[in-house]
Amino acid sequence: MIKITKKSKKRIIRISIFFFAISSFSALLIYAFSKNMVYFYTPSQVIEKEAPLEKFIRVGGMVKKGSVLRSNNNLKISFKIYDLEQQINVMYEGILPDLFAEGQGVVMTGRLINSNTFIADEVLAKHDENYMPPEVADMMKDANGELYKK
Amino acid sequence: MNISKIANLKFFYTKTQRISIYLSFSTFVLFCIGIYWGLFIAPEDYLQGNSYRIMYVHVPAAWLSLQTYMIMAVTAFIALVWKIKIMEIISIQCAPIGAFFTIIALVTGMIWGKPTWGTYWVWDARLTSELILLFLYIGVIVLYSSFVDKRQAIKITSLLSIIGLINIPIIHYSVEWWNTLHQGPTVTKFDKPSAHITMLLPLLYMFIVFNLYFLAVMIQRIRLGIYIREKNSKWMEDLSND
Repeated sequence: MIKITKKSKKRIIRISIFFFAISSFSALLIYAFSKNMVYFYTPSQVIEKEAPLEKFIRVGGMVKKGSVLRSNNNLKISFKIYDLEQQINVMYEGILPDLFAEGQGVVMTGRLINSNTFIADEVLAKHDENYMPPEVADMMKDANGELYKK
Repeated sequence: MNISKIANLKFFYTKTQRISIYLSFSTFVLFCIGIYWGLFIAPEDYLQGNSYRIMYVHVPAAWLSLQTYMIMAVTAFIALVWKIKIMEIISIQCAPIGAFFTIIALVTGMIWGKPTWGTYWVWDARLTSELILLFLYIGVIVLYSSFVDKRQAIKITSLLSIIGLINIPIIHYSVEWWNTLHQGPTVTKFDKPSAHITMLLPLLYMFIVFNLYFLAVMIQRIRLGIYIREKNSKWMEDLSND
């Protein structure tokens, strides 16, 4: 029943050209906008001054172990976030999500006051793609030291 | 069984009545088993506790929302090139099913996002492209129903489905191409999956169940599509007179 006749061949070619035109158009569009489609900046990008100062932006990274300092009489908190190369300081006042912990990922909105200090207005926890039962996580921790709970 | 027989509307309509009932019933039973497995038997997550369990609905729904779109676009292409009636029906009937899966994925994602991330919604690449998918499905439904001449309608909506196919790799790779709040892939990557086997098995099981559900609803909807198209034909009148 499905035969490639002259008529259907013509249609296939037409649809393919149409589809490739549209997809290359959108590929170029996405490529052109990809800098603006960055949902958050990493600490390395902040240190390298790729992120604008005093503008409303997002910064994401991992919370450094042992860097979280909480105030005793208000909700002020400061910590460091890092990626593979760099780290920056963060100051925040407010309620943190349940999954906020040292060694876990965060994505924050706020502004940079200088190239290594970020004032956060909102802190969101970024979850990673790993799922395991607690016993397995403990075993991984024993075997690999600081792999899962930094 | 050859293809031309299945593609024959009358043949499909008369042969699938029983199958669709059995399939719907067994899907329901298997779904209940899967929910029990996911909610009660699978272990807690070391970090999220019980809230991760929503993934047993969220992840298969999200996968099916992409898969349904691909089926819709491929059948639209075949319908456009070879003018096969049943392919036109399948393509159009995919849209409401896909929209349903997309809504399930978005809503369960929001419910999970609030306790986990701290927010219901963010405009990152993954969430935004999935929302665009919902708009594409709605676009297909609305576009098709806005034409009186259904032969014209199928041509235009097929083109829309095919164009929208570009969004599918964007949804899938968004978490790798851009920094997103949504985490990267757990199962569909070249390494071994990042979920423990006790949590992964119910997930894969639910994926199969969602596929069966898709099949069951699809058959029902194709039958509906055939009925709408052929209700004035002689064989349909004979059938309802019996």
